[in-house]
Amino acid sequence: MYEFDYQRPASLADAVSALQSAEDGQLLAGGHTLLPTLKQRLARPSDLIDISSIGELRGIAVDGDTITVGATTTHAEVEGSEAVRSAIPALADLAGMIGDPQVRHRGTIGGSIANNDPAADYPGAVLGLGATVVTNKREITADDFFLGLFETALAEDEIITAVRFSKPEKACYMKFAQPASRFSLVGAFVAKTSGGVRVAVTGAGQEGVFRVTEMEAALDANFSADAIANIAVPDDNLNSDIHGSAEYRAHLIGVMAKRAIAGCG
Amino acid sequence: MPVTVSMTVNGKAVSGEVEPRTLLVQFIRENLKLTGTHVGCDTSQCGACVVHIDGTSVKSCTVLAMQAEGSEVNTIESLATNDELHPMQAAFRENHGLQCGFCTPGMVMSAVDLVKENPDPSEQEIREWLEGNICRCTGYHNIVKSIKAGAEAMRS
Ligand SMILES: Cc1cc2nc3c(=O)[nH]c(=O)nc-3n(C[C@H](O)[C@H](O)[C@H](O)COP(=O)(O)OP(=O)(O)OC[C@H]3O[C@@H](n4cnc5c(N)ncnc54)[C@H](O)[C@@H]3O)c2cc1C
Ligand code: FES
Ligand code: FES
Repeated sequence: MYEFDYQRPASLADAVSALQSAEDGQLLAGGHTLLPTLKQRLARPSDLIDISSIGELRGIAVDGDTITVGATTTHAEVEGSEAVRSAIPALADLAGMIGDPQVRHRGTIGGSIANNDPAADYPGAVLGLGATVVTNKREITADDFFLGLFETALAEDEIITAVRFSKPEKACYMKFAQPASRFSLVGAFVAKTSGGVRVAVTGAGQEGVFRVTEMEAALDANFSADAIANIAVPDDNLNSDIHGSAEYRAHLIGVMAKRAIAGCG
Repeated sequence: MPVTVSMTVNGKAVSGEVEPRTLLVQFIRENLKLTGTHVGCDTSQCGACVVHIDGTSVKSCTVLAMQAEGSEVNTIESLATNDELHPMQAAFRENHGLQCGFCTPGMVMSAVDLVKENPDPSEQEIREWLEGNICRCTGYHNIVKSIKAGAEAMRS
């Protein structure tokens, strides 16, 4: 790691001003993406601004059919939350599939979606459930948030404060894990929401998480695995590496989506 | 620029001069000379460096010492009392849960955290919990056996 200064602001307002006044400040939440990146010297921030002890950014709140998950809530907290499990079991399940227990004790939802790794799991849930990303400046719909490989709509000095989910009628996430890293090789999140069916795919796309609108339309008409049996996802924009060719990933999208539909029960 | 970090390690208040980029595992091993916590990979994969922060298992190679400022940290050295091994350590010894022993501190610290959450884990639950602990020697079988026995001993 290159040298940096470490700051631990106590409030969101202090974090915003620390970020604005640092020469090249970067937020630190769980550190389970950022610290490995810094160890490889792939980034050289002047300051790390640790937001993990800001109380207003952490925790899970339920209001009717809306679940709000604070940005620095850990994967383990979401996995273990009775409130999340009863409203959106697929979200608790997904959090429990991330990495290993020690990663889940530190990694946060805000860090995961801000990073927008194409193989990360949370982007699947956030896009699949049509969630809203809440920041210190505004609210951003999931459809407008994820912009491409490691790219999001966040401005330089913007901090995710929470992610707001509406309870779907049903939802399920199916992950085909990459055998070594256990990140998703292909993950399909299928949700039947008040605004229609949504199918989000993570792991496969060169530009990160994406929706499969053709499957969504077919499932709106008939919510069953058979309805998408003949829908082939083109492989031109899919990742291809030693773990799986684009063609293989395209095939897996269909398989995982069908399993997710079955898992919706 | 060195900074001062303070925390409680194995029940003792400690502080030291570190760089902001100093990892918790470096602070533990190099400043405090508690070398039971190992570094196997330094890339967050192997779990040899697992310690508890405020009662929860974490990989100390992926936490800055400064992130643990003010926390309660427990390392493998916290487990044995006087000359008596902790039941989980004793179970690893009795069940041949180690060969070279390099992964063992992390395995034991991870296992103790599992049993805290789940006092009677099944074989499947133990295997799933060990996702982030890699062993190059044993083939895991005796580690799983040790954790089952250790959990039982911790319950009684
Ligand atoms: C061994 C291992 C296995 C893993 N396996 C998986 C897996 O299977 N699936 C998966 O999805 N992920 C996996 N991860 C990644 C893990 O989930 C990360 O913890 C997560 O992606 C990032 O969260 P974090 O809190 O650690 O973020 P950090 O590393 O602290 O930050 C990541 C980035 O987000 C920015 N950021 C953080 N919080 C905010 C915020 N509130 N607002 C704006 N920007 C912010 C930071 O500045 C940084 O650029 C794994 C990680 C490891 C080490
Ligand atoms: S040394 Fe920390 S996970 Fe391997
Ligand atoms: S006993 Fe040698 S690495 Fe596990």
